[in-house]
Amino acid sequence: MTAQEARLCGLLLREHFGEVVEKIGTHLLRSGAQNLRTIVNESGTPIDLVKKSLCVLMKHGACRFSIGRKGPGSPVEYQASCERILGILRYPRYIYTAKTLYSDTGELIIEELLQRGHMTMSSIVKMVADRLTHNMEEGRSIEYNEVVSTFSKLVETHFLQRCPPVSEVVPPVSTAPTVPGAPAAPVSTGPPTPESFSDCYLVPSVSLAGRGKRRRSGEDVVLDQGTTKKAKTDLQTHGDEGIYWQVNFERFHLHFRDQTIISAVASKLDQAWESLGTSRFDSDYETSSEIVRTMLRMSEVTTTPSASCTQALSANEVFRSLPANYSISRPILDQYLTLLVDDPMEFVGKTGDSGGGMYVVNLHKALTNLARATLESVVQEKFGSRSARIFRLLLRKRHLEQKQVEDFAMIPAKEAKDMLYTLMSENLVLLQELPKTPDHAPSRTFYLYTVNQLATARMLLQHCYKAVANLIDRRLFQTKESKRLLEKSQRIEAIMASLQASGAEPEQLTEVEEMISAPEKQQLESLRHHINKLDSAENQVDETIFLLKSYVASTARITR
Amino acid sequence: MAGRGRGRGRSNLTFSIEAMGFAKGEGLPPSILQPTPLFPPMEHKPVPLATGEEAEYMQALKQEFRGAMKTLPFYIRPAAPKTDVERYSDKYHSGEPADNVIDWKPDWSRLPKELRIRVRKPVENRVSLPVDRMDRSSANHNLSKKEDVLLKLEALEKGEKAGSSEDEDEDETKKKQKEEEGTEGEEEYEEEELEEVTCMQMYHITQG
Repeated sequence: MTAQEARLCGLLLREHFGEVVEKIGTHLLRSGAQNLRTIVNESGTPIDLVKKSLCVLMKHGACRFSIGRKGPGSPVEYQASCERILGILRYPRYIYTAKTLYSDTGELIIEELLQRGHMTMSSIVKMVADRLTHNMEEGRSIEYNEVVSTFSKLVETHFLQRCPPVSEVVPPVSTAPTVPGAPAAPVSTGPPTPESFSDCYLVPSVSLAGRGKRRRSGEDVVLDQGTTKKAKTDLQTHGDEGIYWQVNFERFHLHFRDQTIISAVASKLDQAWESLGTSRFDSDYETSSEIVRTMLRMSEVTTTPSASCTQALSANEVFRSLPANYSISRPILDQYLTLLVDDPMEFVGKTGDSGGGMYVVNLHKALTNLARATLESVVQEKFGSRSARIFRLLLRKRHLEQKQVEDFAMIPAKEAKDMLYTLMSENLVLLQELPKTPDHAPSRTFYLYTVNQLATARMLLQHCYKAVANLIDRRLFQTKESKRLLEKSQRIEAIMASLQASGAEPEQLTEVEEMISAPEKQQLESLRHHINKLDSAENQVDETIFLLKSYVASTARITR
Repeated sequence: MAGRGRGRGRSNLTFSIEAMGFAKGEGLPPSILQPTPLFPPMEHKPVPLATGEEAEYMQALKQEFRGAMKTLPFYIRPAAPKTDVERYSDKYHSGEPADNVIDWKPDWSRLPKELRIRVRKPVENRVSLPVDRMDRSSANHNLSKKEDVLLKLEALEKGEKAGSSEDEDEDETKKKQKEEEGTEGEEEYEEEELEEVTCMQMYHITQG
């Protein structure tokens, strides 16, 4: 957990949960596991606010509690999770993915779950049904069953999972507290993953009959059945109390990774062929990405999330599993596969010849190459294309002397020297000394320039965190600057809405509109534009963060 | 001692200048003696942001999500600090979030016991509060009913002068804190407020 990550976590907590939770959250992140008393004393917040913040953080999975370090008698300790808080950046992407896969119902389910941390299935279904009904026209409403079926589909594809059950804080004497139930189980060193419980993806059989209720505007909420019945249905238990569901972020990350690989293949290979080919159908040009997509889809169930390449698939299987509208012949498929294997990006590899050729998708290599492309692109945009050429050269050739760099890059000596030093000052290029003699005399040592991809990726990841934190800071600053103006415009909108609702004449409306002068309107417009831009920029930096983090994590797994 | 053997000239650097690519006699670039500027001029302009339906939709999602989070009970606002003078309207205006109530109902079985806080009940009618308390406390068997009703009436009369509901709320918060900090079930008496304390006790015992 670095300073940049801590700062970003603080800003995210402040935006979504308020300043109190921000204070407690950052305190926990900076000081590690602590018990309640210590938190109260060190952060200087009243104990009630601390309790409330901890409840909120735990509901959203950002904090967990465990037995104290000193043994069973010591107070409970709380620990915040940096990863989970940083994941808040990616929420729009999760919601959007759910929308593309499962349309509006799925989108709303994921959105509600992300807003509330974890919930029981019945409460999610009711809330989503009500929201969907609210958005539909008068007279139509959504059956609970439809929402339940979408929910089940999400659980089947593992996008949702059950929260791991929490055992009582007072543990049985011999076992660790986080292992529930079985006293004979071995002591676990870390918290159990949700997947270590067998019921993780089991949808409870719950009787949920009914339709979404439309909220009427107005003082008294009058429902079709009347208020007393509403009170009853709210208290109704549906048999799934205590079973909470949360979003399975790992599964979404796998999906994003697959999508990134497919789009990389598409942009590299499909466009090249599009420029050469003369086919009538656009779908013909997506064949290579379609093949990779099919291979990834087939390996979803068979490959573990931490594998460096998918399980081997034979060309026959791939041919059979291609989507129906892709009527390419067998020899053409083989040609495509060969081209994919020969591509320098090494997305697809050949591991054998049985069954028409056994092919795998090299996940780790794909991530490495994508990360490398990101680094090269960053250098290009920041320092120019000639510096990027030097950088790519060093990545390829590993260690080069000053003279060799100038020769290979075909750049005049003075400029090459300048660029190298600029890159060195930014820590993108490192200097490696190779002594010829034991006394390390400078005139008799080789000085080689080199690029360490993993270290550079980590450094850029930190830069990304800093960038997002700056973006959020700037957005908050701009909002604060124009607070007066924003409040005024909100008040005027409220007046307009109430006037329109009560049916006023157009002159009154124009009079209210004119309360905002034209330069103020312009200011508001430009403020909105800036804020939209900053928000959009945050989303896009998050894509880079995801790619770099996946690469770093994948490398760490491989080298372990 | 390190620089005496070689490099007795003007610069004793640990690396050879020729190997770095500087010709002999050519000046080194001037050393920088101040921190780099906060907003250095950029030679290369950044690439424009991606636009399109997807980017706009995600940006709208992000803004809606933020707005929604601000309205949910998980957004914790600290209770505003009380002004020094109690006002008459405080009795009727305390709809603000109080520190010791939590606005949503967590599943307490998943949380450690020490974090339990009173859950805020949905809108209570403030005026009828004393009546409710009287009903509840009269159901208790520890004190005789008549005595309780008399005590209650006295307390209400006193309360009118001394800003009673505020005091009672403060007493409640104090008692709640003491209960949670100490062992549960321990009761503390304060002599000057004995009458009100008994009412409070009844209230807490029935509330649990």
